[in-house]
Amino acid sequence: MTRHASSALFEMRGITVHYGGFTAVDHVSLSLPKGRAIGIVGESGAGKSTLARVAAGLIAPAEGQVLLAGQPLAPIRRTREQRRRVQMVFQNPDSSLNPSHSVYRILSEGMLLHHTLGSRPSREVITRRCLELLRMVGLGESAGILSRRPQAFSGGQRQRIAIARALAVNPDVLVADEPTSALDVSVQHEILDLLAELRQTNGLSLMLITHDLGVANALCDDIMVMRGGRSVVHKSTEGLFADPGPQYAQDLLAAARSVSIAPGMRG
Amino acid sequence: MKRLHLPRTLAAGVALLAAIVLAVLIIPLLSPYDPTAEDISSMLQPPSFVHPFGTDQLGRDLLVRVAAAGRVDLALMVGVELLPFIIGTAAGLIAGYYGGWPNRIITLLSDALIAFPFYLLVAVVAFVTGTGVTGIFLTFLIMGWIIFARTVKGATASLAGEEWVESARVMGFSDTSILLRQMLPNVFSQAVIVLVSDMVALLVAIVTLGYLGLGVTPPTPDWGTMIADGQSFLATRWWVSTLPGTAVVLVGIALALIGDGLNDARRQV
Repeated sequence: MTRHASSALFEMRGITVHYGGFTAVDHVSLSLPKGRAIGIVGESGAGKSTLARVAAGLIAPAEGQVLLAGQPLAPIRRTREQRRRVQMVFQNPDSSLNPSHSVYRILSEGMLLHHTLGSRPSREVITRRCLELLRMVGLGESAGILSRRPQAFSGGQRQRIAIARALAVNPDVLVADEPTSALDVSVQHEILDLLAELRQTNGLSLMLITHDLGVANALCDDIMVMRGGRSVVHKSTEGLFADPGPQYAQDLLAAARSVSIAPGMRG
Repeated sequence: MKRLHLPRTLAAGVALLAAIVLAVLIIPLLSPYDPTAEDISSMLQPPSFVHPFGTDQLGRDLLVRVAAAGRVDLALMVGVELLPFIIGTAAGLIAGYYGGWPNRIITLLSDALIAFPFYLLVAVVAFVTGTGVTGIFLTFLIMGWIIFARTVKGATASLAGEEWVESARVMGFSDTSILLRQMLPNVFSQAVIVLVSDMVALLVAIVTLGYLGLGVTPPTPDWGTMIADGQSFLATRWWVSTLPGTAVVLVGIALALIGDGLNDARRQV
């Protein structure tokens, strides 16, 4: 076993991203062991989503490196297998599913690309796997769902489908960029519960981007607070709540305490 | 779930076009007359039981000629439009998805070409290739793709930032696969709507070129040359020009209805 594999499954080292003259992410590093969850917290414009897109291989950083199981990943041109292992759930369920594809196609095309069901699975095998995924994300097992298009579903249901799509290829790391912020409060809780559950059952490592410290507290082992593209605090969730450190983190914490989200969803 | 119903305009357009195509295909098979056979003994006959559309100045039966010309002009319309449609859609997908220099090249090229008056270009090409179908084909190849490229480019660019496109990239799909399997299904209906309305313009161009003597060359029958044939006795022998002209108008109406209907159907979804 290599030194890296024992410590971190997924690592980001010294990531820096510029947009024109503006530095969106400034030398941010983090490491994510297998099965753990890290919350990236901060206001909008703090560079959280940019960091998530670097993690998912959508943006090439100006500096820094992303490593998976100790292997450095090419900034954009990842191999197919590297792609499979790091999946992402997006913020806006209204635009994260292709409007002209059926749920069956949305869920199956990743499996077919990555041959997760063998090289030439029959339609029955694919359907069974799709229904299994739908059950896993709490959408029931009715085959009728598979033939529908995203427009037929509510925001929360679409987000569940998007999560199922990511899970379809058995990833090791799930990057979730504000997965609940476009949803109603009651639905937010359901999706967070689902992510916590999936983390346990699938042994996923989770990188959760949120502006809400309460959400990160409920779900994550570690929390990184970002501001102006920099990491201002990076410690365990307990550690952060015991000793927030800089004034900015204290303020965030005070704001989060005023919102009652029960901790304890953590694995 | 809301049931989609076919817009009435679309149904009417398809029915009219189907009727025209059927007539154009069947009439030459059933008619006793040859569309190019001249008969001096029955010149410029008005419509009758023997010649339902009458005859022209060379005694040719106009019903079978209108149908035979329809075969030529409609086949030309579809055949000439096919390649520009494919090229323009591909160019639009690439320009809209990548932006940057592919977009600049395609925009520059289309801006430069569109500044050229269409009929001037036709005359130049006809001068080089001689009159006939080749000239029409070449001119439309040069000009026809632009409208598809522009439409598809706009539609693609507006979708390129959607999260489902990023999601396909995260999943590991290649750019080609994203363009063809993810983007194309979402912009295709817009391209087809443009295709249908562009076909009307193309048909008018084909007929106009025939009328000017730059298009389909006799003895092959063509609506444009037929309209030109009857021009000199329009006041006394109205049917020679009017009936092929009516055929052009009917095809135009059918295509316009289909285009409108498709547009309505797209908005419903």
